[in-house]
Amino acid sequence: MAKTYFTEDHEWLRVEGGIATVGITDYAQEQLGDLVFVELPELGKKLAKGDTAVVVESVKAASDVYAPVDGEVTEANTSLSSDPSLVNSAATSDGWLWKMRLADEGQLEGLLDEAAYKAHIG
Amino acid sequence: MTGDDTKHLPLEDLHAAAGARFGAFAGWSMPLTYPAGVMKEHLHTREHAGLFDISHMKLFEISGSGTVALLNRACPLDAGALEMSQSKYTFFLNEAAGIIDDLIVTRLGQQRFMVVANAGNAEADEKHLRALAMDFEAKVDALDRVFLAIQGPEAWAALSRAGIETGSLLFMHGFEPRENWFMSRSGYTGEDGFEIGLPEADARNLIAKLLEDERVMWVGLAARDSLRLEAGLCLHGLDITPEIDPASAGLMWAIPKEVRASGAFIGADALRAILERGPAQKRVGLKPEGRQPVRTGAALFDADGDPAGHVTSGGFGPSAAHPVAMGYVQTSLAKPGAKLFADVRGTKIPVDINPLPFTPHRYRKG
Repeated sequence: MAKTYFTEDHEWLRVEGGIATVGITDYAQEQLGDLVFVELPELGKKLAKGDTAVVVESVKAASDVYAPVDGEVTEANTSLSSDPSLVNSAATSDGWLWKMRLADEGQLEGLLDEAAYKAHIG
Repeated sequence: MTGDDTKHLPLEDLHAAAGARFGAFAGWSMPLTYPAGVMKEHLHTREHAGLFDISHMKLFEISGSGTVALLNRACPLDAGALEMSQSKYTFFLNEAAGIIDDLIVTRLGQQRFMVVANAGNAEADEKHLRALAMDFEAKVDALDRVFLAIQGPEAWAALSRAGIETGSLLFMHGFEPRENWFMSRSGYTGEDGFEIGLPEADARNLIAKLLEDERVMWVGLAARDSLRLEAGLCLHGLDITPEIDPASAGLMWAIPKEVRASGAFIGADALRAILERGPAQKRVGLKPEGRQPVRTGAALFDADGDPAGHVTSGGFGPSAAHPVAMGYVQTSLAKPGAKLFADVRGTKIPVDINPLPFTPHRYRKG
């Protein structure tokens, strides 16, 4: 059964079987505006919590998306290469960014649940 | 809200009601985007008409018997040669011919001109003008106006529907259609369009009428930037600065030949010396390969990996449908076909020198 977590940096993680699918929240995509490019991570890349995993570029600016926990990249959403606007239109579904194998599931405990995230963005 | 010095637009309430997202620019809190988003706002302007609040820019009226002489000193300009209503893109230069600001000067009378200056430089410009004006019989008035731009192929029709006829006004001409109004056919998008300075109450009336028209939509500063970048127009502070001269910037078309040769404007000697030896670097359009934008500050390299210049403005061009940028490169490389590479976070992105503008200008010249 998948469980969804959030971060204060406006990412979501859906965790199932030790693999987390990571994306940015609807609130984040709204703040960024129309995306025109997503720089995806290489497969197998080892990320430590806080590393820049992905760079999302809007018409106006580039923004880093950080690894919310430690892990190894197992998949990147290559459909964003041709259609980065999926992040705008479907931030929490088809607009996911990457998948990673978690190094330490214990780190998930420090993340927010949906109610706490909603309180965070007010 | 806070004790800071951020300046607020007189019509901020209208933007907030329209759902604008605000951001800081040149000391002002400005609407960056509206709910439609930068992409739609940009494309709508190219197809229909975009309405911009540019009240952060400053209008100065200069009058008095020494006005022409003052302008000929302050700018590389033959102000006396301008016809009535004619506008001219020009600059304030420093002694080294660096660009203090770029501006548009419009002749309103024998010795009366309107000067439109950039937001970020408005205070410095005013100081500069007033200091110079002491040596001339000229008075500088900073006008208290709301300043609107309406840009796009349907701008004239939307204005006409709102009761403002633009029929005989040609591109780069301006006049005073009503008391305390100034309207010019000009803009910062590459499209046909108008800029109107007017009192706040009149502005509120005009905006209400314009927004009843489905051809008209509010457009924020983010799309203003992508529109001007596609149109190859410079942003002062990035593409032109007090360290950049008009020859390096590729803006010598703005300086008439006789003025170049014999004008007594500030910076004339320095500019002539630069023209004599040729500028070391030149402003060019840059088209990155692929979809990844190349932005302000990115370093440029030649095919051998040697430094070649840098990017001054860059982003994504919604109409061009690819990333667009401009920057400065060594003169020897400043020609179409030169292969360069931009460093973006350690990756070298191939970049072609591209003629400017990226999207053709569609001005109403006659």
